[in-house]
This record gives sequence, structure tokens and C-alpha cells, in this order.
Amino acid sequence: MSHEPLLKTEHLTKSFVARRDVLGRPKRYVHAVRDISIHVEEGETLGLVGESGCGKSTLGRAILRLHEPSSGRVFFRGKEITTLSKRELRPLRREMQIIFQDPHGSLNPRMTIRSILEEPLKVHGIAESKSELDDRVEALMKRVGLRPDQLDRYPHEFSGGQKQRIGIARAIALSPSFIVADEPISALDVSIQAQIVNLLRDLQDDLGLTYLFIAHDLSIVEYLSHRVAVMYLGRVVEEGPARELYEAPLHPYTKALMSAAPSPDPRREKKRLILHGDLPSPLDPPSGCAFHPRCPIARKGICDRDEPPLRTVVPKRKAACHFAGEF
Amino acid sequence: MSDALLKVSDLRLSFSIEGTRTPALRGVSFEVGRGKVLGIVGESGSGKSVSSLAVMRLLHGTTAKVESGSALYEGRDLFKLSEREMRSIRGGELGMIFQEPMSSLNPVFRVGDQIVEAIRAHRKLVRKEALEEAIRLLERVGIPDPRERARAFPHELSGGMRQRVMIAIALAAGPRLLIADEPTTALDMTIQAQILDLLRELKGELGMSIILITHDLGVVADIADEVAVMYAGKIVEHAPIRELLERPRHPYTRGLLASLPSFRDNLTKPRLPTIPGVVPDLRSLPTGCAFAPRCAYAQDVCRDVDPEESRSGGARFRCHFPQESELQ
Ligand SMILES: Nc1ncnc2c1ncn2[C@@H]1O[C@H](COP(=O)(O)OP(=O)(O)O)[C@@H](O)[C@H]1O
Ligand SMILES: Nc1ncnc2c1ncn2[C@@H]1O[C@H](COP(=O)(O)OP(=O)(O)O)[C@@H](O)[C@H]1O
Ligand code: SF4
Ligand SMILES: [Mg+2]
Ligand SMILES: [Mg+2]
Repeated sequence: MSHEPLLKTEHLTKSFVARRDVLGRPKRYVHAVRDISIHVEEGETLGLVGESGCGKSTLGRAILRLHEPSSGRVFFRGKEITTLSKRELRPLRREMQIIFQDPHGSLNPRMTIRSILEEPLKVHGIAESKSELDDRVEALMKRVGLRPDQLDRYPHEFSGGQKQRIGIARAIALSPSFIVADEPISALDVSIQAQIVNLLRDLQDDLGLTYLFIAHDLSIVEYLSHRVAVMYLGRVVEEGPARELYEAPLHPYTKALMSAAPSPDPRREKKRLILHGDLPSPLDPPSGCAFHPRCPIARKGICDRDEPPLRTVVPKRKAACHFAGEF
Repeated sequence: MSDALLKVSDLRLSFSIEGTRTPALRGVSFEVGRGKVLGIVGESGSGKSVSSLAVMRLLHGTTAKVESGSALYEGRDLFKLSEREMRSIRGGELGMIFQEPMSSLNPVFRVGDQIVEAIRAHRKLVRKEALEEAIRLLERVGIPDPRERARAFPHELSGGMRQRVMIAIALAAGPRLLIADEPTTALDMTIQAQILDLLRELKGELGMSIILITHDLGVVADIADEVAVMYAGKIVEHAPIRELLERPRHPYTRGLLASLPSFRDNLTKPRLPTIPGVVPDLRSLPTGCAFAPRCAYAQDVCRDVDPEESRSGGARFRCHFPQESELQ
């Protein structure tokens, strides 16, 4: 390989202890993220979609080491970060940030916006003097479309969309290169979502940001992403360039997810592929292909037995299905 | 549309908030045809839930006060019925399901028993017959192994299954109108598709009317015959679905549709069209049209005079400058 992607994971796995026995020893594990190998190129957005509980947030956090991975490796600019100590990790924290879904819960209600934005700058010793700090936080406010004269207010004085702008300002305060955006617009009103989507896109263009953009709204992911990875029960089941993936999904789950997304455009033809059954529990994933109990093309003796690897099906496109593309 | 099953006219309702009466519904009018689905869309706080709860007269215990308006169901004004008459209609001819079924199910009773109770509240069946009927209903709403599942407690079921149980309970009384308030909002996409499909089937099979409340225009497009768009306590546009999606008259409806990434050729645009500003606070509404501060078409008259309802084609809307062009 001649060039390194900005971010890369190799066989990244994260399990949580779900239950302990009477002696406090782990008895059961939730395999939240299993064997995930993805990469994100510099300046690119990798969209991550899948239904709740499939492991999107866990993957985002394991990449940032907000959760310690159970196994597997994460590389940032070609350097493995999974083995770094907390102290060695610290300079990298400036480079890798996160935006949360719930803008309200992620802002300390007792801190003014000014102190919320100053905090990372102080911790990382970016701005020393008072005037330097003032300049920085004022510029941040303007950058995310808020008025600097609102800096001394508290989070509850802002609307949901404005709070999310503050969350974004905090994430870009240290001039990071990589941001995990974990469902940043899911909690916002419909008329506010497009405002925040545009802001994220502008920031990417102006600051050269790289995003891992997590969402369950497929159309927003399609709009923002260069490439997309689809997760099901802890694994990536399909990955590829956004346009191709949306136009002709290779994995039956991707196809079902797309046909389930209701579109308000009357000109869009409605193809309906309704899956049967519920999402299985990650505590007890089905044998073989985890999707087989709900899959419309599953074959007995194959899908219920062998777990399909994520393999390249056509150039630049991968899918984890024994019959990828054959439907 | 004289053939409406339910016709709500000029409903005005306020809550007392910190001692002052604050309007929540400011003259809401809509109607639901027989065997039709009316979608009510709007952002949070616009008054969707309060509208349906008011019609069902389920706002006791709050500071809500109906100031004026009527809700004619089969020609009878629901607001004029005695509490007893209303009780027999509610959960009978009028069924309701909510976003979070867990809050409407009793956690300590088996779901089968809860359906049996709903059946026996409306029909004279002995327990055994009612249980058979409950199992048939569970099967009808797509619950696998219904005999087995009837013995489950609510917490033992998934969110999607619980919503199916709620639908079964509503169906137990043979409703003619089902009000579904964000029934799929808490569910995953593939489960949402299942539930919408079930509602569509039930509508066809039972000739039931449905009011489907949602913030998702895609859901409405998927299932509704007519749509009412709410903004700050008013219905700003009421139109047949196709007409609303192709030729939205109200600037708010246009703005909402145009801002969706999946609409028309938005995917190829470097920026999404947006509606500027935020939803207004009902405690300090602007005079004139409540949308004026965010509206690209607003003139002085909009800031002074709240628009009356006007009509064009099959649509009704409240706007001084309705747009007639197709949305591009
Ligand atoms: N801190 C935790 N402890 C135990 N289980 C967890 C924890 N965080 C997530 N999980 C479990 O891991 C799975 C994946 O969760 P998550 O990554 O939050 O999914 P998503 O973001 O796709 O909705 C779920 O089954 C969830 O219950
Ligand atoms: N019990 C209540 N007491 C006071 N205000 C209420 C109550 N229920 C709803 N409201 C207010 O009425 C308005 C409409 O609410 P609602 O109908 O729930 O909106 P939505 O369109 O999100 O369903 C909101 O401003 C809300 O705060
Ligand atoms: S591997 Fe089999 S079960 Fe899994 S998705 Fe492909 S066809 Fe379906
Ligand atoms: Mg998540
Ligand atoms: Mg509501």
C-alpha cells in the first residue's frame, strides 16, 4: 500500500459483560462490535448506518478509545493507537473528536457556553492569555452560526439546534482532523436538520475535516457520505461508495433497509421489501449469517451454518453475504 | 367532503402555564373520510398530540381548556357527550395507539389477558371465547406463535411486538377510527415498515379510518390519503397527499419538503435548502402569521394579519401568498 488512510481499523472487536455470576465473574458477553475492518480517507465522510443496537456508537467510541477495544487495532495516520498509553494518547485527542446525538445531555448545564468552549483550549494549552481565549471562542461561535454575544449564557437558554451548534463548536475547538458525528441530527426538528447538515458540510469543506457520520436516516447519510458502511448485529455487512451502494445494494439487508425508508418524493418509485421478524439480540446472535432468519434469499444448509466473510464483490465494494448481488 | 367520519372545526384550546393561559390549538380544523388515512404532520410542539387527545377527551388532569370548537363524529359533537357516552365510544369506535406502547400496557398482566379485557369491555363473550378471539387478533396483527405469546408480559416483548399488541387491543373493540400518535417513531426502520404495512392492510380489510400523527413526511407519503400540516397550533395546509407533495401551497410545507435530502435532486446540491430560524414559542407568538419570521415570501400584511383559510384545487391553506407552482 502506497498511501495510508487517515483512519483504519483492523478486526476491531468490542464486547461488554452483560451478566456476571455470583462471584462477579463475567458470564455472558454482548458482542457489540465484531471484527470490523474499515478505513476513512482524509477529507472523506464514511457514513455508518444500521438499526439501533447494531453497534454504531460502540464502533465510534472504540475508534476514539472512549471504549477500550476488546481486540483488534486502530490506526490513525498509519500509527497504531490501540497500544498507546493514556498519556501517549493525549496529543491525539486534539485530532480526534466526537459530536453526540443529544446536544442537551452532552453540555454541562451549570457551565456557560464560554467555559464549555474554553475548557478544551485550556486543557490542551492552546490559548494562554485571556484575550487569546476570547478571540478563539468568539471565532468558534461565528464559525457555527451563533452570536458571540451569547457566550455568557447557559445551555438551557438555547434551542436544540443551537445546542447542537455549540456541541459542534466544542468538537472543532482544537482544530481536529477527524470527527465521529454520532447521530448529530436525530434529536432535532425536521426544519432544523438541514441547517445542521449544511453546517457539517461547510466545516468539512473549509477545515478539511474527515467524518465518521453515524445515522439511522439513510437519506441524510446518502447526502453527506462519500462511502457508506452498513452494520447489522455488530458487523459491517456491506461497504462501498455511497452512490453505488444506494443504487444497487449488494446485501439483502441493505436492500431491505433502503426499501423500508419512507420517501416523501412521489416521483420515487416505491419498491417494498418487508423483512419478517424482529432484530435478534446481540447477546445471542443467530448461527451462520446473523441475518439469515430474516433474509428473503437465505438458503438452508449454507446461510444458517457458515458466517459469510466481508469480501470484495465488485471493485471497491464489499459485502458479507454468500449470495451478494444475486437477487 | 361531506362524507367525513370525523370533522373537527375551529378547535381552540389553551393550557395554563405558570398561571397564564397559553394557546396550544389556535383554531384547528380537519376531517377524516370514511376508510381513509389522514396524516397529521408537524414538528414537535406544533399541537399534533394535543389535537387528538382533545378529540378523545383525554386531557383531564391537565390544565387544558377547550375554548371553542366542535368534533363531529357521525354527526354527533364529541365535546357535548356525557362522560359516560364518551367512555363507551372511546376504546370502542374510536381506538388510539401511542408512540411508547409500554406506557399504555399494564406491566403486571399478560398481554393476552389485556386483550381479553378489551374484548369483554365491548362484547358479551365468556372468558374462553374472548381468549380465542384475543389469540386470533394477535395472529391478525402478525405476532408469531400467538397462543404462546398471549402468555407473555409486556416487558418480554420487543418494541415492535408491543406496538402490535396495542393495535390488537385497539382492534378488539372493532374501531371505526384509529388514532395512531407517532406509532413507529420509537421503532427501527425495518420494524416501522412492518407496522405501516399492517396498518395499511387493516385499513383495507376493515374499512377503518386512521389518523396517523407523525413528524416524518416520508411516513405520511407512504400511507396517507390526506395530510394536515400543523405549525404553531394551526393547520396551515390540508390537502390530498399527492397534491400536497407535488404542489404544496404553504411556504412552510414547501420549505419542509425542499429541505429533505431525499427530495428531488437535493442529493446533487452542495447545500440543502433550509428554513431559517426556529419554531416559535407558543407563549410569545408573533402577531399575524406565526410563520412570517421564517418565511421567504412574507410581506407586511403577513406580520399584521393572521391569514384566513383559502382554497385552491383540493387544498385548504392559511397563507396570504400561497404558491401555485410545482415544487422543483
Ligand atoms: N456500556 C455498555 N455496556 C453494556 N452493553 C452495551 C454498552 N454500550 C452498548 N452496549 C450494547 O452493545 C450493543 C450495541 O450498542 P450501540 O453501539 O449503542 O448500538 P447503536 O449505536 O448502533 O444503536 C447493544 O446491544 C447495546 O445494548
Ligand atoms: N399537559 C400539558 N400542559 C401544558 N402544556 C402542554 C401539555 N401538553 C402539551 N402542552 C403544550 O402544547 C403544545 C402542543 O403539544 P403537543 O400536541 O404535545 O405537540 P406535538 O405536535 O409534538 O404532539 C406544546 O407547546 C406543549 O408544550
Ligand atoms: S448470507 Fe445468506 S442469510 Fe446472509 S444475507 Fe446472504 S443470503 Fe441472506
Ligand atoms: Mg447509537
Ligand atoms: Mg406528540
